[in-house]
Amino acid sequence: MSQITQIETELKSLAADLLKQAQQKGASAAELSIQKGEGLSAEVRMGDVETLEYHRDQSLSMTVYFGQRKGSASTADLSSHAIADSLDAACRIAKYTSEDEFSGLADAALMAQNLPALDLYHPWEIAAEAAIELALRSETTALNADARINNSDGASLNSYSGLGVYANSHGFIGSQAGSQHYINCAVIAQQGDIMERDGWYDINRVPAQLDSPEQIGATAAKQVLKRLDARKLATCEAAILYDPRMARSLIGHFTGAISGVAQYRKASFLQDSLEQAVFPEFIHLYEQPYIPQALGSAAYDREGVATREQDFVKAGRVSNYLLSSYSAKKLGMQTTATAGGAHNLCLASTGQSFAELLTMMDTGLLVTELMGSSVNGVTGDYSRGAAGFWVEKGEIQYAVKEVTIAGNLKDMYQQIVAVGNDIDIKSATRTGSILIERMTIAGSGA
Amino acid sequence: MMNTMDYAQDRILDPAGLTDDHLDQVFSHLLSAQSDLADLYFQSARYESWTLEDRIIKNGSYSIEQGVGVRTVIGEKTGFSYSDEITLDALIASAKAANAIVKSSHSGRIKTWSRQDNPQAFYDKENPLHSLAEEEKIALLRQVDEEARRLSPYVKQVTASLSGAFETILIADQDGKLMADVRPLIRMNVSVIIEKDGKTESAGSGGGGRQCFDYFTEKARALGYAREAVRQALVNIDAVAAPAGAMPVVLGSGWPGVLLHEAVGHGLEGDFNRKGTSAFSGKIGQQVASKGVTVVDNGTLEQRRGSLSIDDEGTATQNTTLIEDGILKAYMLDKLNARLMGTQSTGNGRRESYAHLPMPRMTNTYMLAGAQQADDIIASVDKGIYAVNFAGGQVDITSGKFVFSASEAYLIEKGKVGKAVKGATLIGNGPEVMQHISMIGNDLALDSGVGNCGKAGQTVPVGVGQPTLKIDNLTVGGTA
Repeated sequence: MSQITQIETELKSLAADLLKQAQQKGASAAELSIQKGEGLSAEVRMGDVETLEYHRDQSLSMTVYFGQRKGSASTADLSSHAIADSLDAACRIAKYTSEDEFSGLADAALMAQNLPALDLYHPWEIAAEAAIELALRSETTALNADARINNSDGASLNSYSGLGVYANSHGFIGSQAGSQHYINCAVIAQQGDIMERDGWYDINRVPAQLDSPEQIGATAAKQVLKRLDARKLATCEAAILYDPRMARSLIGHFTGAISGVAQYRKASFLQDSLEQAVFPEFIHLYEQPYIPQALGSAAYDREGVATREQDFVKAGRVSNYLLSSYSAKKLGMQTTATAGGAHNLCLASTGQSFAELLTMMDTGLLVTELMGSSVNGVTGDYSRGAAGFWVEKGEIQYAVKEVTIAGNLKDMYQQIVAVGNDIDIKSATRTGSILIERMTIAGSGA
Repeated sequence: MMNTMDYAQDRILDPAGLTDDHLDQVFSHLLSAQSDLADLYFQSARYESWTLEDRIIKNGSYSIEQGVGVRTVIGEKTGFSYSDEITLDALIASAKAANAIVKSSHSGRIKTWSRQDNPQAFYDKENPLHSLAEEEKIALLRQVDEEARRLSPYVKQVTASLSGAFETILIADQDGKLMADVRPLIRMNVSVIIEKDGKTESAGSGGGGRQCFDYFTEKARALGYAREAVRQALVNIDAVAAPAGAMPVVLGSGWPGVLLHEAVGHGLEGDFNRKGTSAFSGKIGQQVASKGVTVVDNGTLEQRRGSLSIDDEGTATQNTTLIEDGILKAYMLDKLNARLMGTQSTGNGRRESYAHLPMPRMTNTYMLAGAQQADDIIASVDKGIYAVNFAGGQVDITSGKFVFSASEAYLIEKGKVGKAVKGATLIGNGPEVMQHISMIGNDLALDSGVGNCGKAGQTVPVGVGQPTLKIDNLTVGGTA
């Protein structure tokens, strides 16, 4: 995306033009978003390049309103006739949808005014050969780390940069350029008949801030070797420590439950939980949309509403739902500028390091992998496949495989004992490890 | 009606003004002396969906997806690029980019193109989006809503969706072959939320296939989905905690075939086996499942969600026996992996769209029927669970461990089906579990046509199925 400003001008003019066309077709309001981006993906395996892919993506999606009725359409083809077809389709659909008193754009007064500079756009002019070279360095480091690592699932480098424009008939038109670069390495270790696969990665908006390929390869090797000799557990109850990557999912289940859609459908295990003490008093969950270069940063949400720093859980109590203007109106509330989700959701640490959390846990299961999705958002019943490490006297004893961990999220949230300071920032949800007092572990071990 | 190739030409090449000479020109930038495989994959697709919620038709959406993927393969190396624009300039640019993986000069030419007729067709070329008037599509959603609410006073919320897709694809390959397919696909989903005695529960159901929308009105199928969703929700609202630990598990017929998809299906995809990264690698000819277990991948079933007349590389789909009486017979292959393994594609080369590379994928994967009565299978269990519906699964190909999530299950006590238990994850190791199948029912059923399979970030529609099965020992992830 060498001519990003030129593309921005083009897309903004396309957006303005399309809004005008929608109006000419009789729409009382309209909104649209356009994405355009390009990227490179180089994958290597066993010391040689396997695939080299060039991506060039574009898409346009729009919603038109005729009073309280709406219709939507999208196209990956940005030729004028495809755009015209899409607009016609959206207008035709709006003839058949129902009057919905809550539908429409977000309030004009809430549109983002001053867009803060978030520093999210750092394109990487990397040649294919150089991308292959970096991926190879990562894989080579992992393959050379130990004789038991004798096969590979490959290493890759992905780089993507692009631009998103959102506009609506309030006159709001915003654009945000962004980039994401990613190095991943996955290798296979064998011992006897047992094969295990694991890996490591780093992701960043700024190429220079990525961990080196050697660091990523070395960590991948360490991760896969730790899995060998894994044992099964007998069914029991024990404390569970979610590592930071797994802990994110606990926050994800929470945000799902306090989302406007779950609330207005009455389909949440945290129904009507505003001001309720869902967590222990020390839990603080908040949104920080303006962190420079962060993966989840944004100046406005999917409806053009200015994002804000806000709490979702304060002193253990739910202080806000995650609302779009539609779900907010359905609930008789105001949007929380989270149409499309929160922007950098942060769980405050209770101060302990990872080692201190192991000591606090004393005996239990450290979970480093979760599989499957038996999580019922309506009842909170939770049951997932897991792998990790058995801990006794605060020390890791051995790797564990093929167990499930189960409980109910309402109980699990109340039973959070601590949140580590080992915060992982490689995600739009930022948390350290989370220690939970007690869950059921099922296994087929003796 | 026009034949498939003429239809695809009319829909894709002619509007872009692309002639045979132009395609030849593109290949001159794509082929080199070492090229083992090169192709262009054109796709033109239209999607439409309608959603009902809170008793109103809340939204409808329409989308256009169109583009071309350009690939060249040399040995194990693949160069790939794609464009949303179908023009000669964009094609040449993509061909040059894809060919950047080769460092030698270009030398390939294709003089004459031969247009291939499809050897087989398992669905019609009719556009499902036009198969019902908009008023009728909306009426169908409203009927489903009313039916669900009529069935039980506890139903508080109904969400229903109706979606259709109509895709035309055209493949041009390095042998000068032009191949095409026209693919309809429809789906309907109904989910309900019920409230009873202060408790809330949800459940969903649905179906579809490579059909037109009248499929849902025939045999009152749409109303059947509403009934099934309400039935499941009412069962689950009174469910007790699922047991925790290893025990015998009886799986119902049909959709529980998700087990096979996860436990062996992915592990038998050719790419993993060529690379030696699957728990089933190098085991052709070995006993990998109990005697009596025969598993096939069959892309040739009429109008099934996972069926294809030709795969996304132009190979005719087939009915491939993967496991026969417990012995591993074959892997599922695309062209690249078949060539590297010295064999033929099995018609399993699939891709999500022009913007993705093809790889070996399942079509409709299921286990053939055995001889036992389902009742006898249940009666043989002293203490265990009977799982009849699942919400999906996941597998780690390399270690073989897999999970799948029961969404409707019952306790079995002294050979009798007892109380419903809450959803729980079942976890096991594919190669081990396949050896623990001890009874196979005579009631083979396929799913209703809602399956999606994800692999390496690509989603494709698939089918699953099986007869009632007993697994002697599987870990159930409950709390009791």
